[in-house]
Amino acid sequence: MTTRRTFLVVGLAGGAALAAAYWLRAKRERGPVSAANAALAELDPEAPGILAAIIPVFLNGALPADPVDRAAAVAETVGSIARAVSGLPPSVQKELGELFSLLSLAPTRIAVARVASPWAEAGPDAIAAFLERWRTSRWRLLHSAYDALHQLVLAAWYGNPRAWAAIGYEGPPAHVS
Amino acid sequence: MTDPMKPGLPDPFRAGIAGGWTVVDASALERDLVLEADVAIVGTGAGGGTAAEILAQAGLRVILVEEGPLRTSRDFRMLEAEAYPDLYQESAARRTRDKAITIMQGRCVGGGTTVNWTSSFRTPGATLAYWARVYGLDGFSADALAPYFARMEAKLSIAPWEMAPNANNETLARGAAKIGIPAAAIRRNVKACWNLGYCGMGCPTNAKQSMLVTTLPAALERGATLVTRARAQAFGIERDRVGTLTCAAMDALGVHPTPRTITVRARAFVASGGAIGTPALLLRSRVPDPHGVIGKRTFLHPVVVSVARMPERVAAFAGAPQTVYSDHFLDTLPPDGPIGFKLEAPPIHPILGAITVPNYGAQHAQWMRELPNLQVVIALMRDGFHPDSPGGTVALRDDGTPVLDYPLTPYVWEGARRAFRAMAEIQFAAGATRVMPVHGDGAGYARWSDARSAIDGFALAPLSTPVVSAHVMGGCPLGDDPKGAVVDTAGRCHHLANLYVFDGSLFPTSIGANPQLSIYGIVAKLADGLATTLSAGMAGARRA
Repeated sequence: MTTRRTFLVVGLAGGAALAAAYWLRAKRERGPVSAANAALAELDPEAPGILAAIIPVFLNGALPADPVDRAAAVAETVGSIARAVSGLPPSVQKELGELFSLLSLAPTRIAVARVASPWAEAGPDAIAAFLERWRTSRWRLLHSAYDALHQLVLAAWYGNPRAWAAIGYEGPPAHVS
Repeated sequence: MTDPMKPGLPDPFRAGIAGGWTVVDASALERDLVLEADVAIVGTGAGGGTAAEILAQAGLRVILVEEGPLRTSRDFRMLEAEAYPDLYQESAARRTRDKAITIMQGRCVGGGTTVNWTSSFRTPGATLAYWARVYGLDGFSADALAPYFARMEAKLSIAPWEMAPNANNETLARGAAKIGIPAAAIRRNVKACWNLGYCGMGCPTNAKQSMLVTTLPAALERGATLVTRARAQAFGIERDRVGTLTCAAMDALGVHPTPRTITVRARAFVASGGAIGTPALLLRSRVPDPHGVIGKRTFLHPVVVSVARMPERVAAFAGAPQTVYSDHFLDTLPPDGPIGFKLEAPPIHPILGAITVPNYGAQHAQWMRELPNLQVVIALMRDGFHPDSPGGTVALRDDGTPVLDYPLTPYVWEGARRAFRAMAEIQFAAGATRVMPVHGDGAGYARWSDARSAIDGFALAPLSTPVVSAHVMGGCPLGDDPKGAVVDTAGRCHHLANLYVFDGSLFPTSIGANPQLSIYGIVAKLADGLATTLSAGMAGARRA
C-alpha cells in the first residue's frame, strides 16, 4: 500500500526532476523551428516533435485515414497547440516547459515517462502505455500532466474545422458570420 | 455603423467609439499614462459595469480599467478556438493550484457577462435568509433587494424565455418530469435573441444584454473613460486611504506586461475584478487585513457532469444554451445540510465536448462521433453553507498573479455522488441509450441499474473526477464584523476609507444559482449608496 509518506517523497523527487530537466533544457542546442511552432520550441526544442509523436495516439480513430491528410492534420494540431501556448500565462507556460523538458531528456523520459526509445522512434503501443500509466497514476503530478496534454491536444484538434465533418458538426451558422 | 463582414448587423459599441467615446487600448501606449477621476473602477463585468453606469449618471467622472481586450459583436465569429484564448482568463483553462478544478471566467470588456450563457436568477430566498441569520445581513433580504433586482431586470430585458427549449434542455425537462421532480424555465437577459447557441463565445447579434451593450455604453456616453489591456497591479495606500491605482499595460495577447504603466488618481476606488482578481489585487496592495480574511472563503459552485447518448438528434451546440433548470435537489435540503445542487444543461461545442469527455484514442473518438446525439446535464453544488464547506483561498504566485487553492472535501464528494446518480437517472428516464458520468476512464453504461452500481463504487477524488466551475464567488465578504468581513454593508473596506468592493467577491457564501443577477442587484444597491456619498462630498466641496 502506498502510504502518504511515500507519496510525498515521490512527489518531491518528481518536482526536483521536473525542475532539473527544465534547467538542463537551457543548456541544449536549438534545432531549426518553424515560426508557427516557435512558442512551443521556446518551452523546449523537442516539444513539437514530442507532440507529433503523441497526437496520433491521442487522436487514434479521429484523424483522417489518408496518410497525406493525416500528416497535415497532425502538423496543424501541433501548430494550434503552439498558438494556444503563446496565449497562456507565463506561470502556465513555465509548467508546460518543465513537462516537455522532462519528456525530452532521455534520463527522465526513461525513468519517469518510462518510454525507452526517443519519441520519434517510439511505437504507438509504447506511447499508449505511457498515456495510460499517467492517466491512471496515483501521483498527482503525472495525472495532471496527462490532463494538460489531453486538454491541449483535444482542444487543438476539435477546434480545427477539418475535424468537424466526422463529428456531425456543421460549424457556426453561416447567415450570421 | 455596420460591419462590412456582417451587412445589416449594427455594432453599437464601435459606433459609439466613432462618435467620440473615450476608449484607450493600453497595449498600444507609447508612453506612461496618468489619469484623474472621481471614481476608478477595476473591471468591467457585472459589478464594474453596473457601478459605472450608476456613478456616471450621478455626474461623477469615472475611469474603468479592464485587463482584457475590447471585443465587440463584429469580432464574435462563434469559433471556440478564437473565443476561449481571447475572452477568458487563462484561455478558459484556469485551474486551481492542484489542477483539480477548471475555472471558466471572462477576461474582456464586459467580463463574464460577455461570455455567460444568460441564465438570470434572483438570489434565492434561502440564501438571503441564511445571510441574515448567520452574518446579520438584514439589509439584504429578498424584500430589501427586490427593487434593485426589478430595476436591473428591466434594464437588461431579463424575462422568461418564450421559445421552445432546444433538445438538450428539453431532455432535462422531460427526464425530470418522468422521475417526478419539478423543472422550470430559466429567465434570460436577451432582446430579440436569434436562438443561435453561441452565447459563450460572445453574442454576434448583440441580443444578449451584457454589460457590453447596456451599462458600459451608458457610462461612456456620460463621459466615462475605458482603458483596456491594463492589469491593475496595486492600490497606493496613503494612511487610511487609497491615493492611486497603478496598472501595467499588457501586450496585445494579454500575456506579458509592456514597460508602460497607467496611474489613476481618484477620490474613490472600486474593485470589481471578480472573486479571484479582486482579492488578489487587495493582497498585492497590502490592504490592511488584521484578521486575515482577504481571499478566504472563496466559492465555486463545483460542477460535475453527466453525458448521455440519446437515440434522437440533440444538437446541443444549437439553440439558446441554458433554458431549463431543476432546483429539486436544492429546495429539498436546508442550505447548511448535505450539499445541495442545481441541475442545468450546458451547450456542447466541439472543443468543450472534447475536453470534457475523458480518455483518448478510439473510445474518445467514438463519443465525439456521436456529438449530435449527446445530451449533457451539469450539477452545480451550493458550497459555503456548512462547516465542512469552507471553500478556497486566493493566494499570489511569485509573479503576483493569483492562484486559488480549493480543497475538495468529503462533504463535496458525497454531493457529487448523489448528483451523478440524479443526473443519470434523469437521462435514462428521458430515453438515453448510454450514460457516462464524467469520471475515471469515461465508461458508459447502457442501463440505469448498471450506472447506479458503478456510481456507488466510484472512488471520487481530485483529478480522477473532473470538476469545473464557471461561478467564482466570495473572498471579500461584506458584513459589519471586521473579524469575518473585508467590507462593510456599504461595500466599503473596513480599513480604508475610500476603497470599495463591488462584485461577486462580496458574497459570504455561494449563491446557489447562476450569480449574474445577484451581482447586478447587490451592486446596484451599493453603487447607489456610493453615488450619494460622493455627490454629497462634491456638494460639500463646492460650499467650502
